[in-house]
Amino acid sequence: MKQPCIEETNIHAPARSTTSAIIHPLWLRVTHWTNALAVVLMILSGWRIYNASPIFPFSFPKEWTLGGWLGGALQWHFAAMWLLAVNGAIYLAINLLSGRARRKFFPLRPMEVLHDFVQALKGKLQHASLDHYNAVQKLAYLSVIADLVLIVLSGLAIWKSVQLPLLRDLMGGYDNARIVHFLAMSFLVLFIVVHVAMVALVPRTLLAMLRGR
Amino acid sequence: MIKKPNRLPSTLDGELILKDARRELELSMPSRRLFGKRALTLGGLSLLSGCNLTEQESVNRMLTKISRMNDGVQGWLFDPNKLAPTYPASMITRPFPFNAFYGEDEITEVDGDAYRLELKGLIAIRRTWTLAELRRLPQVEQITRHICVEGWSAIGRWGGVPFAGFLKHIGADLSAKYIAFRCADDYYTSIDMATALHAQTQLTLTYDGEVLPPKYGFPMKLRMPTKLGYKNPKHIVSIEVTNTYPGGYWEDQGYNWFGGA
Repeated sequence: MKQPCIEETNIHAPARSTTSAIIHPLWLRVTHWTNALAVVLMILSGWRIYNASPIFPFSFPKEWTLGGWLGGALQWHFAAMWLLAVNGAIYLAINLLSGRARRKFFPLRPMEVLHDFVQALKGKLQHASLDHYNAVQKLAYLSVIADLVLIVLSGLAIWKSVQLPLLRDLMGGYDNARIVHFLAMSFLVLFIVVHVAMVALVPRTLLAMLRGR
Repeated sequence: MIKKPNRLPSTLDGELILKDARRELELSMPSRRLFGKRALTLGGLSLLSGCNLTEQESVNRMLTKISRMNDGVQGWLFDPNKLAPTYPASMITRPFPFNAFYGEDEITEVDGDAYRLELKGLIAIRRTWTLAELRRLPQVEQITRHICVEGWSAIGRWGGVPFAGFLKHIGADLSAKYIAFRCADDYYTSIDMATALHAQTQLTLTYDGEVLPPKYGFPMKLRMPTKLGYKNPKHIVSIEVTNTYPGGYWEDQGYNWFGGA
């Protein structure tokens, strides 16, 4: 199950061993950190926009938000959206066209997810090889990718509810698109919390995402 | 879209007072104009990184530049033939929310008999219009969704003169870039010509079958279901056709100029 998997972009690796092989190619690291920045900007400014007219009976503490006021938050949100969308498109294109997505995330079997999840809860899930995702990781990463796509689509439906009627209807109308956008943000925040916690538990994953191996 | 600070409406509506109190707290700044200029603080992120972009004018300039780029993108996305959805009368939001940059107790009262609409700029027949003359023009109605920049929306019923027909009637230069509006409550805003000529853009004289009440912009407002609420000026006293970017009350403080839906 844990066979070494070498990136096809790793043309400089002299020996095909897991110790010297590039786990995360440069394009992946760049798009990962760009996405991290874009997501933080979008969430923090989004919280300030939410506060202008909350859809649930709570607001976000102002100190946690970006933009200072609604107009400032909107400027950040509609600037960072380009970073999120363009970077996300580049990531998806390379990932799909290179075959990396298929190799890294599939096959994904429900029984393996269950097994690895139970192992993880017991604290027995090993990260023997960083270039191989366990089934829980595969599911988590695929879910957050799908969630980001949903965030962009629901965001477009809110921003352009008249010009994009198909998206608007798909989201169940303008008001409903706001709820979808909020729930998708909530899932993303949940992912980030777990993701960062896991990185704290296995710090060399952070090194791999920074220097590639 | 945000009420003036330091003032509260006189009506003792609990929910409204809470909403206002929240805004008071948020907007307890010495000057709203200053607030606008200093607006783009990096609240949460500065806490995380210890770096404060608040004072960096370059960041504000970049954000303003992107906002103007987004104007261009929205102008390109705008389909003159695409109509905003319309709704049955049963779906009208009641009561339809009041919204302005001041409280409901400060609504501008305009004398309908003395009212004269002034026309300026690139218009062939630059004469003033009385309310009676405006009411004699062919009228249409729409039940559409009003979307506020804050995020909330409400469905209302507006009646009045199709703006495209009016512009042609007065001999406006339809190749000009902007239409600027000045209002009796000192509000001002401006729109692009493509939206001005959109079939649902309306010089509104009635609300829900009645003469447009002061709180919704008596004697006349501009209704555009294709743009956000702050682009729909109330109490309009002058219309100017121009090629010089006119800006707007909120737009000059940082709201996106195109404000399209």
